[in-house]
Amino acid sequence: MNLYLLSPELALIHGALLVFGISLFEGRGRMAARVAALFALSAVVASAVSVMNGWQGDLFYGAYRVDLFSQLFKLVITLGAAAVILFGRELKDIHESVRPEYFLFLLLGTLGLVILVSSVELITLFVALELSSYALYLMVPLRRERPGLRVQMESAAKYVMFGVAATGILLFGMSYLFGLTGSTYFSEIAPALAARWSDPAAILGVAMVLAGLFFKLAAFPMHIWTPDVYQGASNETTAFIAGVPKAGAIAVIIRFLLCADPSDGTLAMTLTVVAVASMFFGNLAALVQKDIKRMLGYSSIAHAGYVLLGLVTLKAAGYAAAVFYIFGFVVMGLAAFLVICQVSRDGENVLIEDLSGLHTRAPLAAFVLGSSMFALAGIPPFVGFTGKFVLMTEALRSGYTLLVVLAAVNTAIGIYYYLSVVRVMYFAEAGDRPAVRMDAVASVVGVVLLLTVLAMGVLPSRLLEAALTAVRGVTL
Amino acid sequence: MDFLTTNGSWPILSVLIFLPLCGALVLPLLPGDRGARVWTLIVTFVNAGLSLKLYTGFDASTAKYQFGETVPWIPSLNINYTLGVDGISLLLVLMTTLIMPLCVLCSWRAVSSRVKSFFVCILLMETSMLGVFMALDFVLFYVFWEAMLIPMFLLIGVWGGPRKVYASVKFFLYTLAGSVLLPVAIIALYLHAHTFSIPELMGQPYSAMLQNWVFLAFFLAFAIKVPMFPFHTWLPAAHVEAPTAGSVLLASVLLKMGAYGFLRFCLPMTPVGVETFGPFVLALSVVGIIYGGLTALAQSDMKRLVAYSSVAHMGFVTLGIFVLNPRGIEGAILQMVNHGITTGALFLCVGMIYERTHSRELATATGIGRVMPVYVTLLALFGLSSMAFPGTNSFVGEFLVLAGSFAFSTKMAALTIPGVVLSAAYMLRMLQRVIWGGTDNPDTSHLTDLNWREIVTLAPLAAFVLWIGLAPTPFMDVFHVSVAHLIEQVRAGLPL
Repeated sequence: MNLYLLSPELALIHGALLVFGISLFEGRGRMAARVAALFALSAVVASAVSVMNGWQGDLFYGAYRVDLFSQLFKLVITLGAAAVILFGRELKDIHESVRPEYFLFLLLGTLGLVILVSSVELITLFVALELSSYALYLMVPLRRERPGLRVQMESAAKYVMFGVAATGILLFGMSYLFGLTGSTYFSEIAPALAARWSDPAAILGVAMVLAGLFFKLAAFPMHIWTPDVYQGASNETTAFIAGVPKAGAIAVIIRFLLCADPSDGTLAMTLTVVAVASMFFGNLAALVQKDIKRMLGYSSIAHAGYVLLGLVTLKAAGYAAAVFYIFGFVVMGLAAFLVICQVSRDGENVLIEDLSGLHTRAPLAAFVLGSSMFALAGIPPFVGFTGKFVLMTEALRSGYTLLVVLAAVNTAIGIYYYLSVVRVMYFAEAGDRPAVRMDAVASVVGVVLLLTVLAMGVLPSRLLEAALTAVRGVTL
Repeated sequence: MDFLTTNGSWPILSVLIFLPLCGALVLPLLPGDRGARVWTLIVTFVNAGLSLKLYTGFDASTAKYQFGETVPWIPSLNINYTLGVDGISLLLVLMTTLIMPLCVLCSWRAVSSRVKSFFVCILLMETSMLGVFMALDFVLFYVFWEAMLIPMFLLIGVWGGPRKVYASVKFFLYTLAGSVLLPVAIIALYLHAHTFSIPELMGQPYSAMLQNWVFLAFFLAFAIKVPMFPFHTWLPAAHVEAPTAGSVLLASVLLKMGAYGFLRFCLPMTPVGVETFGPFVLALSVVGIIYGGLTALAQSDMKRLVAYSSVAHMGFVTLGIFVLNPRGIEGAILQMVNHGITTGALFLCVGMIYERTHSRELATATGIGRVMPVYVTLLALFGLSSMAFPGTNSFVGEFLVLAGSFAFSTKMAALTIPGVVLSAAYMLRMLQRVIWGGTDNPDTSHLTDLNWREIVTLAPLAAFVLWIGLAPTPFMDVFHVSVAHLIEQVRAGLPL
């Protein structure tokens, strides 16, 4: 077995074990943060090396696939985790005694996602999905308790309940697929399924598996947990949940859709309906939010809808567009949450009006958050525009004119709430709100994220081509 | 790329676009507010100087796009970084670069808070505005077209008047909502022609239905930007609340982008759509001319008055474009430049009064001819130009547009005549109040006449008013061939 293929996973496993060891001692939060950051960064380096060298291979009896597709996703997932650890390392709202455990779960959750994007077998996929989910279920209630407010418990309960329900649906669908095809390997499911695609049980099975995965992506109608969990979890947790797991979900959905029959209308219709419902629900609900995390929660539902624009095409170019967009979305979201984590002094939630006059209190923070808002809104020259443009091109190429027009209309709806954040930061007076201190690490990470958002928007061609090569390279 | 010619060895267009951007990146490092002002003035001045080379090196005998540059940008979608100017865009580019130093000069004292950020926004505006006029790739065009909203939004919202937040949000939402369907239309054309290159997208055999839909998407985006009646409601709010430099940029350059869009995209790409919807556009233009004139007549706020006069003047521009004959279109292009000069100058004049009296009300700035003779002389010149008095620039442009309209339809052209009269009415009313006023003028003796900086700001515009008014040939020569080519393209695209 070529162990080097597993280097990102190994880095995370070792990091998790070490942090577990640290967690056995008292008051080692700072040390755990350093170790976690170190190992997350080495996982980033390992993923980058594997992308550049084009490593690929099958492991564990063909249940685990390392290819450009999986490694690109691993790069983004580990980068996201490393960024969260770096800018959220103070864990303002996590009790000191459990800070090492927090980093342990964060690394394990990342590990689950990293395994997830390489899984090409149903049981492996399920185990990876659960590993990542359970780590997140535990991170949400770790938030410090405030007097009279147990919002973190409420949201954790919601997250677990909805998560378990979604998992049940997913497993139920998988059982259909196994029953119809007699295999748990994607490579064997695909041809067997193609032969019996007209069977309603096949469509039902695929739809249920997709529904289970839409929970991770927070697409309508599996989105219900999103705003509450975003609001109830600590800022750092939300920063992680907001982007990284969604990239993992997109990877699995694409691998899964590659099994499906591209000429099938039912699947495309299902995805179209989900896309339209997600976009409208997310954008309209976000318009009236006061808590910025809740607003970004609803906006992420809308973004899940945009990503589906690429998936409905059921074509490699469309998938590549979706991959590009979700990568961009992860970076934009991280940039926004970085500022939220910094503005929140004691780890409390940030209302949009709390950002008043941020440009005088912390010019860099305001600039990063403002740019990420324009990016999420889809204004050039940021990645939000480029990604959306590529998605629209591919969807229109496949003939989904109405869907693209609706997506364009949603851009116009969405701009209002993104703009309201910028308006508050730049046009409102600071009043007696305190200055915000951006620490050095957060400043550097913020600038790097900002430059990434800009670079992906202005010079997207290399990443776009890599995404296309990766998707084309996914063999069953 | 046979539609593109390269003149000279260095990429002058890229330099013109990115020099302000580089200037904006350096600006935060400079010490002090004064440094920021001087630096921005230098950058915009150098850019203006460089742009003159476009005029001297321009070959007016061809309709090709000149000073061309092209570099692959996103090869997988055949998107290129292509720049070029032809007779239609040349004057607009020159007008933009020449107006920028004046915007810096007029903000010298008027902007005192967050000075550096202000000039960064100004420089970013120059980059994106020049990009819009020079881009020959539709995606590149759209990037500049949309990116411009961000600095303009900040200019109005941070440095604007009392209702700046309302005005800036309205401006942003209105113009963005108008152009969200633009990329859909662009992609639809791409899927037929397999290119985003603007010259290559012209003259393609698109189906009539596609052309009609694409025209409507284009029209929504461009009509809001122009702005045409009834899409003009963002304009008075934005103009009134924007700082003087912002108003000048809006009036002189941003409004031209909509008209430029009609000329560059609607006419050559969707001639069938123009044929189908042209009469409606003409009707809206005529309504805009009359409505803008009547509304301007009723204003007591000078900035509002000039803003509504813009609606009327831009009505003449769209009128000239959609009568689809050489006189009309040439008049429209000249009128775009004229409006940029004249209305820009009028906003500068209003801004100078505002700096002195902190009011834009006609009632407070009456009878100042006695204390500010230089000011009122210039104001009168620009006012006369605005009402298209013979000997000024607008006379030439408006005359050509009207000549084109009469050739198109006598009845329709006759409907615009009240608009001409109205423009004389509201301008003379303003001039009368400002210069002489009545018997009960407020005490204006404390006002000082223009200082050197202000005279230098207005003098170039005054020179152009008279130059274009008395000898328009050097300006018109550059676009004869391009306009003839454009009309040929429209004719070729229409079924016989």
